[in-house]
Amino acid sequence: MITRQRPAAWVIALLAALTAGLVTAGPAAADDDDEPEQPSPKVELVLDVSGSMRARDIDGKSRMAAAKQAFNEVLDATPDEVALGIRTLGANYRGDDRKTGCKDTELLYPVERLDKAGRTDAKTAVATLAPTGWTPIGPTLLKAADDLTDDTAGRSRRIVLISDGEDTCQPLDPCVVAREISAKGIHLTIDTLGLVPDAKTRDQLSCIAEATGGTYTSIRHTDELAGRVKQLVDRAADPVVTPVEAKGAAECTDAPRLKSGLYTDREEFGEHRWYRVDVPEGKELRASVSVSADRAVHQDYGVLLRAETPNGREIVRGQESGDGRTDVISTGLRYPRPEADDMSEDDKYGATETVCLRVSNSFSAPASVKKTPGLPVELAVDLVDSPDEASDVASFGLGHGWWLLGLLVLVGFLAGLVWGWLSRWRFAVWRTN
Amino acid sequence: MRTTRVLGQVAALAATALLAFPGAAAADDGEDPKDDAAPTEAGTSFRTATAIRPDQEATAEASTGDYLYWAFPVDAGQRATVHATVKLPDAAARHAASTWQVDVYDGLRRRQACRLGTPKRQAARDAGSVSLSCTLRTVRAWSEQWANDPLPGTYYLRLTVTDLKADDLGLPVRADAKVTTTDAGGAQAVDGALGEPLVPGAGSDRQKPAAATEPEDGWASGWWSSRWLWTAGGGVLAALAGVGGYALTRGSGRPARVPQGL
Repeated sequence: MITRQRPAAWVIALLAALTAGLVTAGPAAADDDDEPEQPSPKVELVLDVSGSMRARDIDGKSRMAAAKQAFNEVLDATPDEVALGIRTLGANYRGDDRKTGCKDTELLYPVERLDKAGRTDAKTAVATLAPTGWTPIGPTLLKAADDLTDDTAGRSRRIVLISDGEDTCQPLDPCVVAREISAKGIHLTIDTLGLVPDAKTRDQLSCIAEATGGTYTSIRHTDELAGRVKQLVDRAADPVVTPVEAKGAAECTDAPRLKSGLYTDREEFGEHRWYRVDVPEGKELRASVSVSADRAVHQDYGVLLRAETPNGREIVRGQESGDGRTDVISTGLRYPRPEADDMSEDDKYGATETVCLRVSNSFSAPASVKKTPGLPVELAVDLVDSPDEASDVASFGLGHGWWLLGLLVLVGFLAGLVWGWLSRWRFAVWRTN
Repeated sequence: MRTTRVLGQVAALAATALLAFPGAAAADDGEDPKDDAAPTEAGTSFRTATAIRPDQEATAEASTGDYLYWAFPVDAGQRATVHATVKLPDAAARHAASTWQVDVYDGLRRRQACRLGTPKRQAARDAGSVSLSCTLRTVRAWSEQWANDPLPGTYYLRLTVTDLKADDLGLPVRADAKVTTTDAGGAQAVDGALGEPLVPGAGSDRQKPAAATEPEDGWASGWWSSRWLWTAGGGVLAALAGVGGYALTRGSGRPARVPQGL
């Protein structure tokens, strides 16, 4: 008995191993050929090393010590696929000359993927820092953006700015700088962290974050700092669809022709932007647009997306309005085209119809706010199979509920009665004859 | 006897192996086994929204003022309710009351109305947390293109603070989000179906965002509803009533006046 069972047990073990092998091999193989290669994300940590970092108000330690400790933790935890660099501002120049002080920014560690040696090098470099000079945030952001810029499209880029004071190099407003960097179309987000910030620092840092779609955090404890920076670096590593730039035109006739995909553009207050999509018959056009409020705007705002024929007849529109604090206002529309043989004569525009999409917004801003570059617009265009036209309100024209049952029973009963009487009558007629 | 049992086990294992392979092959559609764990991060825009499934308890660490986005699938005939709880920062660090809000958007980024719930609520200065909820309208299988009716597809939940004293900006908060769905039943079943559910990037494989989730057992084909049962049951009852009505006219047995032998 036992000897006969053994080979069977071996077969089981072999099959189990085979199953396990297949299960693990399946997804791994799929990853290789299915996923398009996502360019590695680039992150630059920008650390303020100005004199004010000496203040000892984070858990009894100096701000600088807290930042160094956080950097050590972050460098250990950075995912391998992220290319990480470190830039300092105000680390070298001790003097009083504003002009020199405002140029004081240095790439402490170049933007590259971190191997084990790299992590150690970066940590050593951070350890040497001592709070020194000015706070040239604006110029540093420009340099940092240059560090991250390359020819690879579709790469996500992120700057994490850690500062404890406002920019000391006016009139170059770092908030305006951030908006201009964002308008370059390099998918750059700036997240800002304020170390025990005062009101002015907070306003400036949150303005920088808002201008690029980033986040602002105010830090009061060391662990908060490390946790948040780690979270931001991890966020950069998340794969995300990066939109393609499309420049909308002022007229439909000059508008760019868009295919399925995700696009970005900029639109000023009250501006109209046109795009064109070719919709084949039997396909449904789906378009969504979101306009971001990347600066201080008045409290009421709206967005309108219209689909028109080239001669200006409105097909369908999507509209939304809102008020109060928001990051974005969005709307969408869909336009299904039936198959050719289902179309009425008026609907026929040939096999492929050109649909003009117009994006307009009703944002407005106080006079003190710069109007250019325009607000970021994200436009998603999708062409999918067209739906079946519904022929009835209810599902397949079927009924539902007690009234239906009652009616059916009544009608059935009456029909039975009538049939019964009829057959009695026929029987009577037959009998008399 | 024993051998046959063992052979049976072998056959069962072989079947498992065969069944497991397509399962593994399907994993490249984005269904990672680790997706079953509730997400601990939230996205910050429509594009980066974190995908959650109904009944999953998603959490996120964030800063006051962040816009947190989650994406979840809702199918035709379902009523979805989103619940969000914000654990507010330490009361000692705060300066004033704050107002929090959830917004729900459909796959076309159109804002969806809340039928029930408290989508916006003010948290007192010393409050520990604030809970928000929003129940959507019943998702219809089809609607006219000019309507804003909720359609099957991806839905976005956005959680943020809408009214805040500037001093409180950037303080750490913890947010929980959960989506529950109930079946609205056949009474809400409508005719027609979408070519594709309203999932962003449905038309192109390349542009599909990470948040393109689908319900656990796939999107409903839309042909089934309890209306089939009602209608078929009604037909049966009508037939029975017809037989009853017929029998009533004949009385019991043969008519009395019918002579024998007919």
